[in-house]
Parts: sequence; structure tokens; C-alpha cells
Amino acid sequence: MSIFINKDTKVITQGLTGKTGQFHTEKCQEYANGKNCFVAGVNPKKAGERVLDIPIFASVKEAKAQTGASVSVIYVPPAGAADAIWEACEADLDLVICITEGIPVRDMLVVRNKMKAREAAGGKKTLLLGPNCPGLITPDEIKIGIMPGHIHRKGRIGVVSRSGTLTYEAVAQVTEIGMGQSSAVGIGGDPINGLKHIDIMRAFNDDPDTDAVIMIGEIGGPDEAEAAVWCKANMKKPIVGFIAGVTAPSGKRMGHAGALISGGADTADAKLAIMEECGFTVTRNPSEMGKLLKGLLK
Amino acid sequence: MKIHEYQGKEILKKFGVTVPRGKPALSVEEAVKVAEELGGRVWVVKAQIHAGGRGKGGGVKVAKSLDEVGIYAKAILGMQLKTHQTGPEGQKVRRLLIEEGADIKHEYYCAALTDRATQNVAMMASSEGGMDIEEVAKKTPEKIIKVFVDPLVGLTDAQANQLAAGIGVPAGSVAQAVDTFKKLYTCYMETDASLAEINPLILEGNGNIKALDAKFNFDSNALYRHPEIVAYRDLDEEDADEIEASKHDLAYISLDGNIGCLVNGAGLAMATMDTIKLFGAEPANFLDVGGGATTEKVTEAFKIMLKNPKVKGILVNIFGGIMKCDTIAEGVVAAARETHLSVPLVVRMKGTNDELGKQILKDSGLPIISADSMAEAATKIVAAVK
Repeated sequence: MSIFINKDTKVITQGLTGKTGQFHTEKCQEYANGKNCFVAGVNPKKAGERVLDIPIFASVKEAKAQTGASVSVIYVPPAGAADAIWEACEADLDLVICITEGIPVRDMLVVRNKMKAREAAGGKKTLLLGPNCPGLITPDEIKIGIMPGHIHRKGRIGVVSRSGTLTYEAVAQVTEIGMGQSSAVGIGGDPINGLKHIDIMRAFNDDPDTDAVIMIGEIGGPDEAEAAVWCKANMKKPIVGFIAGVTAPSGKRMGHAGALISGGADTADAKLAIMEECGFTVTRNPSEMGKLLKGLLK
Repeated sequence: MKIHEYQGKEILKKFGVTVPRGKPALSVEEAVKVAEELGGRVWVVKAQIHAGGRGKGGGVKVAKSLDEVGIYAKAILGMQLKTHQTGPEGQKVRRLLIEEGADIKHEYYCAALTDRATQNVAMMASSEGGMDIEEVAKKTPEKIIKVFVDPLVGLTDAQANQLAAGIGVPAGSVAQAVDTFKKLYTCYMETDASLAEINPLILEGNGNIKALDAKFNFDSNALYRHPEIVAYRDLDEEDADEIEASKHDLAYISLDGNIGCLVNGAGLAMATMDTIKLFGAEPANFLDVGGGATTEKVTEAFKIMLKNPKVKGILVNIFGGIMKCDTIAEGVVAAARETHLSVPLVVRMKGTNDELGKQILKDSGLPIISADSMAEAATKIVAAVK
């Protein structure tokens, strides 16, 4: 097993006809069962055509109806990306993975609240991963996103992080010590996003094929602390934790009123302290995440 | 992106928020002329820099005659204004705002910002205006009233009234305060701001509510749809190296240490900086070359880092994904040659084509130190600069 996706997942690519979407979809097709997983693209002006031998449909709804896909991945440029997310929600997909970087925060605020309102009114709950994220991979089965497939190896360790290359760093360390990943997830670096650390930890906790998790966070926002508190009460598996940004100048990343509203608990030191208190094995040395994990599983 | 107070007030005025009459001035003569045009007997001469705490630093003066306007304008223009937000070297004052005086009966605080936890817009207000709001939050958090606004609904009358009542606006002025909060919210949303702060928002002797200051930050992702805000950008207020870096699509922030670092990805860049500190040195900068680094980009990144005289060594940390390590290695070699690199350079490469990349570095004949992990790279660069 794995979380959210596996070799049988059928994926729609929104933005397949663009350069970025095409480049990464080709790499995803080449990975494991990718050829069978990426079944549709969307572009109202190019419906009926094929790109990378994948049929293009006029809308997400039609793509879903024709192919039975339940997940979409978005490479649409920033100005249209929030609309693309909403289109996927209205088509009742299970999961939308938005890779696009640079979406205006207001657009994300509006679409996130529309999603919540739709769910509250009894509509389908569509999960959103991202935006501004590397995506999600279940090694040897399926890769949806822009991560390099070859550093992964099938195994029983879950990895979750905001940023792309820091996720790869953790994945490579796990692979190097002879273990592998059940799934690796990049939740994205934007302030307003979909799935958070807590949601991913919950999924790894429920996954019988995940034995332990590496959770990586960054300065800013309350998400890591919330996840830590949840883990203390519920998590049955060991966790290695790291927070990036001990040396980052906080004023440069967020306005001072931003730090104020989150109650001052969003520095790297504060988050590390909360995680430690909640039973995580935390480190200030990102090079030893893999090593620490191995120690926990002995 | 930040703007000046006078520009913020122009925006507030456009959205119907009452602000004092006033105009910017770039010279002493202009300052006096503006004061003359405004009329009245009291004027405020305010330094315009992108930092708070200007009053405490001596950048805000009340003038009781046109002569005094001239004297204060002369004293403030060109000064290195030091506040808790400028750093010890201060910021040079190049612009002034000349305003009519105000009859202040009470000073409030109000602000709009995006709240990550609720994914709503937080509107905050306090009876303790005119001072550092972080101090208020620390000492008397109960004096900060917050409401969370669903962007699909907007700030409701009930919420705006809750803010006004919570900060003790007198009955006769509540309607004006409510109106101001609603206009501030609309302004925040329509301009794609990430912070809109009025401190102080004042109650005048006659019961009117007025914005005596204006501080805005804007979401850089949304600037493409706001040419009117981009026009407000003042490059004099920004770090020259950071501007140069942004031209080459590099995210760069200068810091106080002596190890320059060049990394791909913001998270990994922060982790690299943290590792440098963990092994006993301090990073000289944050530098994210992004996903598509070319030889030109790497060379520009080296040039920007080396402009900093404090840099005694450089650490390159690349995790090759889509970006291949051999491409980066070629860029690093070319950059080291072009900049006649004279400080120690440690390169750590991992991921796609890392062996090829290491070979290129080795074959270059340059004294480049190679490392396998971040920790090893940090240990080596710290040892090399000592």
C-alpha cells in the first residue's frame, strides 16, 4: 500500500499542452507504471488531439467521464491555476496536485474557501496537494510531479516536506542507508495550500505499509506545531523531524504582523522544541535524518 | 513589495478612507511650498523610508511655522534614519511627506492580513495605537481584537461592529470606524496586499476617524495585474545586490556571516545555511538559483556573492533533479574562472549525473573541494576559511 496514489491511479494532466506540462508528463510516463496511469490532458481549444499519445479533452469533467481518472496534476501558468483547481473540484476528483509556482495568494484564498463551502454544502471533498509543490510519488508504482524518480526506492518510510529539493535530500538519505519509501510527499511552500503536515501524518499513520516517517518543516506558520500535537496523541509510528530556517532572517520572509497572528510559535527553534516535546526525534543537522531514522527502527 | 507611507495614503484615499491632506516633497523648497499650499498653522514633516519606527528615530517633526517646516525638512532630508527596522547603518531619507496637523483625541490600531491557519483574512484592531503592535501583543494581548473574514462573504457589519466596540470607539464615531474597516478590507483584497496596516488610526476632537499612517506590503505573485502598484516601487529603498539578483531570476538575501552559499531550492538553501551555523560559521547570504540554473545564472550568482567583502569562502550545494549535476558543474567551473575565484570553494552535488559532475570539477584543475554530504561540505568550508 501507500498513501493517496498507487500503480492503478488514473491521472489527468491540466496543462499538458504547455511546455512544462509536457516535459514532466513524459518523465512521469517513463517512471514505473506511468504509461498506463497518465490517461488524459485538458485543453478546450485542442480537444480531440493527442500529446505524448495522451488524448486531450475539452474539460476535466469530460476527461474524467471518458477515462475514469480520479486524480489531476496541474501545470497551468499562475494566472489560470486557481481556476484549474476549481475545475478539478467541480468534476468531483479525489485529489488535485498543483505544481504551479507563483499563484497570487488572493486566488488561493478564494478557491480554498470555495472548496470548503462546497464540502460544507454536502459536495464531494476533493483533496488538494500544493500549490508550488514537487508532487507525490509511490516508488516503483507511480510518480505524479517533478521529482527525480531514480533517487527513490520502494520501502516502508514515509517522507513529507514543504520544499522540493529538501524532500529529495531526505529521500536520498533513506535510499542510501538501504531502506526505501512507501510514499514521498511535497506539500508546497505557499502560505495558503491544501493538504498540510497533519493530513499527511494521518495518512502515513493509517498506512499499514509505512513503518516510520521523516517530517520536514520550515519557519513560518502554525502547521508543523499542529501536526506535532496531533502526533503526540495519535501517531503509532516513530518520527524523525527537522525544521529548516534557524538562520533565516524572519523579517525577510514575513511581515511583522504575520508573525504576530500566529502567536510567535513559528520560528525554527520554537517548532523544534514543540516537536521534541511531542515525541519526535528531532535534529538540527539535516545530513543525519536517515541515520537517526535507522537508529529508531533497530 | 513595500511602498512609502504617502503612496499608501494615496491608495487608502482612492478606497474612500479619510487621510490628512498632504503631499510628498523631494527638497526643502518643495516642502515649504507644499506647506504653504496646504495652509493652516501646524504641519507634520515626515521622513519617507520603507521602515517603521520613524518617529522614535527623529524622522517625524511637528512644525508650527513655515520657517520650521523648512528647518525640519533640511534636517531630515539626507539624514541616515536609524530605526529598529533599518539595521544599525540606517536608511538615507530622500523623500518627505508634508501634511496638515491633526487634532488627536485617541490613537487606535487596525490592520488586514492573510491568516494561514484559518485561510481567511484576519482583521485586527486595538485601542493601543501609535505604538509598536508587537509590544502590545506581548504585554496586553487581550487588547488586540481579531475577526476572521471569509473572502467569499467579505467583512460583515457584525464583524466590523465587533472591532469598533472591542477597541472602545465612542458611540458617535462607530459608524465612521465601521466604514473605515470595511474600506480597508476592500482595499486589501482589491490591491492583492499581504499586509495593510493603519497605525495610528485616530479619533479627532470633532469625532472624525482618520488614517494617520499607512503601511502596505503586496503579494509579489500578484504584481503582474497591478501596474499601478509596481509604479510605486522605489529602488533606492531596496538592497542593490538583491535587485541585481532578481534581474537574473535568483532569490538572494544578504546576511552577516562570511560563508557564501549557492543552493537550488529555498528549503535546501535554508537547511544549508543552518548546517553552516551548526558547524561553527555563519552564512553570508541566502541564494536560491531555482530550478533552471544555466552557466550564466551560476556565474551571476558567484559575482553577486563575491561583491560582499565579508565572504571568505563559498559552499555550493546542489541536489540534481531535473537540473543535472554535470550542467551545474560546468557552470561552477566557468564561474570560478570568470570571477578569478580566490576564496576556498566547496561543492556538494547529489542526484542526477552527480558522478559526471564531480569528474568535471576534478578535471578543471581548479582547487575545488568536493564533499558528499551537507555536513561534510560545511565542515570542509568552515575549516578552509579558518
